[in-house]
Amino acid sequence: MEILEVKDLVKRFGDNTVLDGVSFSVKKGDVKVIIGPSGTGKSTLLRCINMLNPPNEGKIFLEGVEITGKKVNIHKIRQKIGMVFQHFALFKHLTALDNVALGLLKVKKMDKKSAYEKAERELEKVGLLEHKNKYPAQLSGGQQQRVGIARALAMDPILMLFDEPTSALDPELIGDVLGVMQKLAKEGMTMIVVTHEMGFAKSVANEIIFMEKGHILEKGTPKDVFYNPQNERTRSFLSKISELYEEEE
Amino acid sequence: MSFFKELMAYAPALLNGLWITIELTLISAILGFIFSIPLVLGVLYGNKFLKSLSKLYITVIRGTPLLVQLFFLYYGFPQIGIHLSPLTAALVGFVLNSAAYQEEYLRGGFLAITKEQMEAAYSIGLTKWEAIRYVIFPQAFRFAIPALSNEVIYLIKYTSVAYIIQVPELFAQAKFFASDTFYFLQIFLLIGVVYLFLVYIVTYFTSRLEKKLYIPGFDISGLK
Repeated sequence: MEILEVKDLVKRFGDNTVLDGVSFSVKKGDVKVIIGPSGTGKSTLLRCINMLNPPNEGKIFLEGVEITGKKVNIHKIRQKIGMVFQHFALFKHLTALDNVALGLLKVKKMDKKSAYEKAERELEKVGLLEHKNKYPAQLSGGQQQRVGIARALAMDPILMLFDEPTSALDPELIGDVLGVMQKLAKEGMTMIVVTHEMGFAKSVANEIIFMEKGHILEKGTPKDVFYNPQNERTRSFLSKISELYEEEE
Repeated sequence: MSFFKELMAYAPALLNGLWITIELTLISAILGFIFSIPLVLGVLYGNKFLKSLSKLYITVIRGTPLLVQLFFLYYGFPQIGIHLSPLTAALVGFVLNSAAYQEEYLRGGFLAITKEQMEAAYSIGLTKWEAIRYVIFPQAFRFAIPALSNEVIYLIKYTSVAYIIQVPELFAQAKFFASDTFYFLQIFLLIGVVYLFLVYIVTYFTSRLEKKLYIPGFDISGLK
């Protein structure tokens, strides 16, 4: 079943067309990794999907229901779409536990006891239960990002969006976050991930989407895109990236 | 009679003045703060109408002297049939005035918060007002504490202006004392110390509040 369908999405900021007719669909359990040079609209695409930046044209359907319409209660929709931010975006005045519990208390209106029990379970899943009473500033970047993932997961989303989740992290912290994401994928979570982590893309994604200048230039299985790219631009991007990150293989 | 004997005789009046000063300060600070919240929300998040209305209010209040506002209320209003007692006129004036200033202090706190906080709040399904209430305001308030404490300190001293519209607050009582006894130097030195002491108390409680609300990552108690 299609969880998400994106049709002819156009997003403009002033005269600048950031997304120029983007279409794709996501099935339950899919892990789609979006790659491409910076400034090509990858993050904007994610932010259109949960309507943080509503698109100018085009339609988005979540479980068959159009969410780009005027009469949609977008707050209800957003509960179903988890979002993980590049710079974590944890609520700085709340502890790790309260960060995760806030949505449960105020959006899902759970009672205190069950909200905090669930929040603790979510923190445990990302390996941070022992840090539950720390504030964001007392956590490392990798830990903050895992709290961010727990916060999104607590809402029981049907789709998770990851906006360059590891690009603000020190290299030795990236592994922890990728590990959590890998586990999520294995458990069957539907995910769209914008990342430059090609190792993650190869091992976890079932489809790679290559974007440039607001278009999808190429998509396919990791095998196809990485080892047999059809498009010249994809090829040159991948060779640049692999030079930069020195492929381990 | 010596200064101290005169002082003893005047003590009830002076203490009464002190009490009025404290009353004026506290009520103006608290009500001013409460009214500043809708103002700042209007300026930052309101629709066009609310935004312009809040901005107009702030411009008028901050753009005219406090004394003019007090005279307007106390001497001007009777002309349209509204008679306020000196204390009421002063209270209304200080509250309305302080709200405009406190709005700007709070706004400073809001401006210190990144857009991502709002987006993160939206991303878990909070509505705009829920996001402001649970995520943005608690942070903005912390950032605004030093500026807001400034306002309370200002009020302690500015309430002395109320003497001009016949409010028998601390400064007024000192003035009466001085004209009766000619101990100008002594009495104004004394009430100067009293004002200083009141300001000290506010400073003390502000730093207590900052410590109580302290959160790692928020350097509201100053860089050390």
